[in-house]
Amino acid sequence: MKPIEILTQLLEVFAALAAAPLFVGWINQCRAWLQNRSAPSLWLPYRGIRKLFQKDAVIAETASPLFRLAPYVVFGAMVVAAAIIPSMGTRLPFTAAADAIALVGLLATARVFLSLAAMDIGTAFGTLGARREMMVGFLAEPALLMVIFVASLISATTALPAITENLATQSLGLYPSLAFTAIAFTMVLLAENGRLPIDNPTTHLELTMIHEALLLEYSARHLALMEWAAALKLFNYACIGFALFIPWGVSTGESGPAALLASIPLLAAKLAVAGAALAFIETMLAKLRIFRAPEFLATAFLFAVLGLLVHLLLGA
Amino acid sequence: MTPLIHSSLPACLALLALWGVIGLAGLLRPSSVGFAGRTLFPLGALCGVALAMVAASSLSAPPEQLTLQIGLPDLPMHVRRDALTSVFLFLLGAASAGISIFGAGYFRRGQGTAPGLLCLQYHLFLASMGFVLLADDAYAFMVAWETMALSSYFLVTTQHGLAEIRRAGFIYLLIAHIGAIAILLSFGVMQGGSWQFTFDAMRGAQLAPHWAAVAFLLALFGFGAKAGLVPLHVWLPEAHPAAPSPVSALMSGVMLKTAVYGVLRVTFDLLGTAEWWWGLVPLAFGLFSAVYGVVFAAAQTEMKRLLAYSSIENIGIIFAGLGLAIVFLGVGMPSLGALALIALLYHSLNHAFMKSLLFLGTGAVLHSTGERNLGRLGGLIHRMPWVAWLTLIGALALAGLPPLNGFVSEWLLLQAFLFAHEVPHTFINMLLPLGAAIIALAAALAAYVMVKFFGVIFLGQPREAALAHAHDAGVLERIGLVWLALGCFALGLLPTQVIKALRVVVEQLTGAPLAHQEEPWWLLVPLPDRHTSYSAPLFFAALSAIVILAIWAVRLFYHRRARLAAPWDCGFGRLTARMQDTAEGFGQPIRHIFGSFFAMKRELPSPFDSAPRYRVTVGDRIWQTLYVPIGALVQRVADAFAWLQQGRISTYLLYSFITLTVLLALVL
Repeated sequence: MKPIEILTQLLEVFAALAAAPLFVGWINQCRAWLQNRSAPSLWLPYRGIRKLFQKDAVIAETASPLFRLAPYVVFGAMVVAAAIIPSMGTRLPFTAAADAIALVGLLATARVFLSLAAMDIGTAFGTLGARREMMVGFLAEPALLMVIFVASLISATTALPAITENLATQSLGLYPSLAFTAIAFTMVLLAENGRLPIDNPTTHLELTMIHEALLLEYSARHLALMEWAAALKLFNYACIGFALFIPWGVSTGESGPAALLASIPLLAAKLAVAGAALAFIETMLAKLRIFRAPEFLATAFLFAVLGLLVHLLLGA
Repeated sequence: MTPLIHSSLPACLALLALWGVIGLAGLLRPSSVGFAGRTLFPLGALCGVALAMVAASSLSAPPEQLTLQIGLPDLPMHVRRDALTSVFLFLLGAASAGISIFGAGYFRRGQGTAPGLLCLQYHLFLASMGFVLLADDAYAFMVAWETMALSSYFLVTTQHGLAEIRRAGFIYLLIAHIGAIAILLSFGVMQGGSWQFTFDAMRGAQLAPHWAAVAFLLALFGFGAKAGLVPLHVWLPEAHPAAPSPVSALMSGVMLKTAVYGVLRVTFDLLGTAEWWWGLVPLAFGLFSAVYGVVFAAAQTEMKRLLAYSSIENIGIIFAGLGLAIVFLGVGMPSLGALALIALLYHSLNHAFMKSLLFLGTGAVLHSTGERNLGRLGGLIHRMPWVAWLTLIGALALAGLPPLNGFVSEWLLLQAFLFAHEVPHTFINMLLPLGAAIIALAAALAAYVMVKFFGVIFLGQPREAALAHAHDAGVLERIGLVWLALGCFALGLLPTQVIKALRVVVEQLTGAPLAHQEEPWWLLVPLPDRHTSYSAPLFFAALSAIVILAIWAVRLFYHRRARLAAPWDCGFGRLTARMQDTAEGFGQPIRHIFGSFFAMKRELPSPFDSAPRYRVTVGDRIWQTLYVPIGALVQRVADAFAWLQQGRISTYLLYSFITLTVLLALVL
């Protein structure tokens, strides 16, 4: 382990922690512009999290210790996930401990704890949200795994840094199979992060909620951690997308601190474009009925499988 | 590892005999719960621990054989212990130790069968499973196999006063025997004309390729029936809920694995050369079982039926691994074949621990509430914290979440699937990677099922007033649960050590060594040339460090003030526990998405009903499309033969006379 590797690792985790709320703020701002509203401040998510940390927590009488533990587990899972995904450099010492499949497992762990915590109180909306979240989860997870599989087949490994490095250093960086899987991945990203058309992040009507219904009983520091974890999750998903589909610009191999420094503005630029694109997609789409969600995610799965078949047929 | 004792086979046999003696001792005081529970079951658990230790220490020792002069004259029983046997003996000993110590606390009231007799049946069941693993000829194997089936039948029908339990036992016995016939026929084919029924003779027999295939398919059918492979799974969701919980745990956690052992023994040891296309059969049935089992598990409303269907899923995953291993070894990719075999052995071990843990958890719930319907449970984490938190470990493990054990074996299997496109057969190499998608779907659905299982039973508010009096499990029961939960942790956090042990088995079984390099103890690198690794200890350490750091940081920088309030009710003001989502509600998306899997019957109330009732029954489509027609056919054939039964003695004498005449005519 060289100092530069440890530096890359720490930088990635802290960048994710620091920038995730900003990414959410940026998406909200783009949405407001596209919808002809006056935009909230970019820093609003930070203020929200800070405000929540300072409040007194109100906990339901029927809560068990699991309810208090879950925000920390969910948050921890998202931080560990941020450490696995090569967003700036591919020399990450921690990634020996977890590959892309472990990353999917980690996201599933967070989802399970989130759902269990929502069921813990025993209100109608919590359990309803848990059921819906798990439904979206079991439909999205195979699609995500197939997406990762295609990228793994191209690079003959499931280690994310190796995949990114392989794709980033290829002379011909265009794969038809990856085009299909990119569509699939975008659909999974929308569904897994509670975005339109599966869930509406700005809804205040309990019946239409998925993610917000899960958090209905949380307040103060627990809610702050959950919100931060949700922002981190979106940030992580965006970085998975960059690592698989537009890996150019990450510092690879033996490159020194200069390449690492250069990768930071590039990541910021990618995030800015991705955030604007996400806001655009969300502005163009209407929310689907919950029972159209399986069709939406089955389409994502089929795209991923198509990508797989294209790769096996064409070898590219 | 140096052997604990010089020769482990006699030690194993002695421990199995000790189980038999413990069982017989139960008959000394057949009606005493205290004697059987407090004395004999803990002794049986100690015996299990000893067996696990002997098996683990003998793993890398060369195979040993013995001939026992028991049973029929001139028909001695052969026993043999090799690495494959050792692994499954370890599984039997270690898992049964936890189950027995739980059982010591569990069987406290007289229910149905007298406790002494129950003790005999239970320990006979354990000993016969051990003997199945050691048997080295078809005769000894079938005797042990049948003893296992019969003793477990009596255990299933412990509460034989209830008609539905007798029916469940009958279905179990029926399918067990259909399977046994297929296994017997398979042995008959494998002796290859030598009429020697020792396994040594079968190893040496040269079978024509088509006869070898017939033997394999018969064995797959027979052992598949025992394992609960779809469509031979129908007994599982009937027998597991009917049996007392420790017995369900033993049947699901351990007995299903003897079938896995059997099919491995036949395929890789007795037949020796498996052709690659054989693997497609267990692969296809395994993948189908995995999805079928987990979809049905998600729709269940009774906790033990839910777990039984989940066992079908896990058996499906194990058989998919078997199929993949046969394909890889058949096409000459030994390293990947070994990986798939290790994945399936690992999953067998994992399933033994996590499923036993969950069955025992349901047993504790059943004991304390008398309720097995998910719709009448809830909120038990407040009343039964020990059972709840330990069950949570099992549930998370079964959901395949890192860093627990269920994840490791699924990870290994997915790694094997990832390289299935290198199989040199067009179309097959394109279809095989899709198997990974099915495994992924099954794993994701398993998480859904486990959230439903744990959430509805232990979380939320109690759905019935009686649940307020639920009590936590006793000390002995807690020890059993803790033992199994520790097993889940150990298998999850030390995969490198487990795989090192399993590698010995695979090398001995197939001669296909898994390419390996020296790696640090904490890093799992299944295929050195693929740059893929997983480190459970590091992963667990990182996750827990961040969780602890976050808790500490929040306390340091902010505060830990909290006050309690009523849950948010949207201003409605009359929120009750009945308004929580039920198990049926949780199954609703599954019934919607996988509607074609189920035979569903809905009864909707009319708007004018004064007491409206909504009822939905979810049936097994295979039962109606396969078993009911076969049953009807058997009935018709039996009816056709019934005219022979005239009920007059003169007619029967005539039959005897004709038979004798025909026989005489043949002889003369």
